Amino acid sequence: MADWEAMEADPDFIALLKAKAAFVVPATAFFVVYYFALPIGVGWFPGLMEARVWGDVNLAYAFALSQFFMAWILAFIYVGVAAGWDQRAAAVIAKFQGREGK
Amino acid sequence: MIALAEPVSQTALWMFLAFVAATLVITYFSARKSAGASAYFAAGRRITGWQNGLAVAGDYMSAASFLGIAGMIAFNGYDGFMYSVGFLVAYLTVLFIVAEPLRNAGKYTMADVLAYRLKARPVRAAASLSTLTVSIFYMIAQMVGAGTLVRQLIPGVSYEVAVIGVGVLMVVYVVFGGMLATTWVQIIKAILLMTGSIFLSILVLNKFDFDLGKFFTSLTAISSTGANGEAVTRNFLTPGLLFTNPWDQISLGMALVFGTAGLPHILIRFYTVPDAKTARSSVVWAMIIIGLFYIMTTFFGFGAASLLGPDYIKAHGGTNMAAPELAHALGGEMFFAFISAVAFATILAVVAGLTISASTSFAHDFFTNVIHHGQEHRPGEEVRVARITAFVVGAAAIGIAIILGPTVNVAFLVGLAFAVAASANLPVIIFSIFWKRFTTSGAVAGLLVGLVSSIVLILVSPDFMKEAWFPLKNPAIVSIPLGFLGAFLGTFLTREPSAEKLFAELKVRANTGLGAEKASPH
Repeated sequence: MADWEAMEADPDFIALLKAKAAFVVPATAFFVVYYFALPIGVGWFPGLMEARVWGDVNLAYAFALSQFFMAWILAFIYVGVAAGWDQRAAAVIAKFQGREGK
Repeated sequence: MIALAEPVSQTALWMFLAFVAATLVITYFSARKSAGASAYFAAGRRITGWQNGLAVAGDYMSAASFLGIAGMIAFNGYDGFMYSVGFLVAYLTVLFIVAEPLRNAGKYTMADVLAYRLKARPVRAAASLSTLTVSIFYMIAQMVGAGTLVRQLIPGVSYEVAVIGVGVLMVVYVVFGGMLATTWVQIIKAILLMTGSIFLSILVLNKFDFDLGKFFTSLTAISSTGANGEAVTRNFLTPGLLFTNPWDQISLGMALVFGTAGLPHILIRFYTVPDAKTARSSVVWAMIIIGLFYIMTTFFGFGAASLLGPDYIKAHGGTNMAAPELAHALGGEMFFAFISAVAFATILAVVAGLTISASTSFAHDFFTNVIHHGQEHRPGEEVRVARITAFVVGAAAIGIAIILGPTVNVAFLVGLAFAVAASANLPVIIFSIFWKRFTTSGAVAGLLVGLVSSIVLILVSPDFMKEAWFPLKNPAIVSIPLGFLGAFLGTFLTREPSAEKLFAELKVRANTGLGAEKASPH
C-alpha cells in the first residue's frame, strides 16, 4: 500500500489541505451566520423584518428567499473551486505512484 | 372561495396502483442485478451524478415536507416557510464537510468512516444503535402519516390496511431490489413530486393572472375563525404566527442544518456513485431540485391559505390536506388524484430509503463487524442478513405504527430523528475526519451522549409534558453541544496511539480518494 506518512508530509498535499481549508472554513462560517441571522432577525427584530421591500413582500420573506440563492451560489462556487482541488489531488497521487514504480 | 364537489373518485387509487406497478417492475429488473454486496448495498456504485441528485431529493422530501409544510404555511403563514429554508441550507453542511470524505473513506455505512482508525466493535455498535434509532423513528412517522393520509384520500381503505400496504411494499423493494430498486423508486418519486408541484404552482399563479405582486398582496389579509369562534384577519407574511419563542426557531434551525449531514439514509446515498467528484455533483443536483421544491411551497402553501382559507381546509381533512385540497379546487378530480398518488409515492420512496439504511447498518456494522469480527462466515451472508433485517424492520414498523394509531403526534418523531442525527452522528463524523487525537472512547461517548440527551430532552419537552421541564420543542441547541462535549471528554480522558498513527492514512484517503471503493464493472 501507499506510504501514507510520506504523502501526508508532502508539501503539495499540505498545500492542498490549506487551500481546502481556506475555502471551506470561511464559507461554512458565512452560511451559518447568514442562515441564523434569519431566525434571530425574525425572533428579536420583528419590527425590522416586517418592513416592506417590494410591494407587500416584507423583509422577512425576502431574506428567507435570499437564503435559497445564497445556498445555490455557494454550492456552485464550491464546485468550481473543488475542480481545482481534484487536479492537485491527482497530481499528488501521480507523484507517489511514480516513485513507487521506480 | 371555490366551491367543489364532495365525493372523491377512485382515480387516486388507480393512479397509485399504476405507480406501485411501475416500481415493482423496476424492483424485478433490479433484483436480477443485485447479486453481491456492492450491488445490493450500493447499487454497484454506478449511479450517475444527476440520478443520485434526484434520488437524494426523493429520499429527503418526505410527506412531512410536502403535506406538512404546505399545511403549516396554509394555517400559520410565514413560520412554516422557515422549515423550507432550513431544509435546503442544510445541504451546504453535507456538501462542504461530509459527502466527499465519506465517499472516499467508507464502503457502505456512516460507521465505516468512524471505524476507519478506531476500534471497530464498540464504535460500530454505537453507530448502528444511533442509525437504527434515527431510521426507525423517522420511518414510524412516515408510516403513521401514510396511514392517515390514505384513509382520507381513498375512502374504504382503513388506517391499518394502509400501514400494512406501505410496509409490505417497502420491504419488497428493499429485500428484492436492494439499493438499485430503492434508488429508482426515489428518482421516479422526485420527478413526480416536482411535476405535481410545478403544475400546482402554475395553477395558483394563474388565479392571480401570473402577477406576483397581486399574489403577495392577497396574503396580507387572510381571514379565519379563531379559537373562540371569532373572525380573525391576519397578514400571513408576518413572522411569529406559529412560533412565539424565538429560541424554538434557533433550536429547530440547528437540528435541520446540522442534522441532515448526519441522517444515515442520506449519507449512504453517496456510496452509490463512482467517486467523490460525482458525490459532490450529486449534492448540487439535489440542492437545485430540493431548493426549487421548497421555494414552490410559497405558492401551494400560501396559495392554499389565500384561495381556500384555513377554515375551508380545516373542514376538508385538516392541516395535512392543504396541498391535495388545493389541487382538488384548482385542477379538479384528476389533478387531486394525481397529487394524492404523488403524496403516497413520496412516502414509499422515503420509507424504502430508511429501510435500506437500517438494514445495511445492522448487517454491515452490527452483524458482520461486531458479532463476526469483520469476517463473513459464508459468502453472501451480509446481504442475506440485510434482507432478513429489512423484513424484521418492516414488520416492526408496521406493528408499532398500528399500535400507536393514527392520532399519535408524528412531528416529534421527525424532530427527534433530526436531533439525534445532529447531536450523535455529526460530532463524531467531524472529529473522526478532522481531529487526529480522536479516540474510540470519544466516539462512543459522543454517539451515546448525543443519542440519550436528544431522547431525554424530547421526553421532557412541551410536546410530551404539560409542565415541561425543558422549554423547547426541539432539543438541538442543547443536545448538539452535549454530543460534541461527550466526544471531546471521551477523547480527552483516553489516548489511542494506534488511532493517531492511522490518521495520516485516513487524511490522505479522504482528501485524495486514493484507494477509495471503485464502481463495479458491467
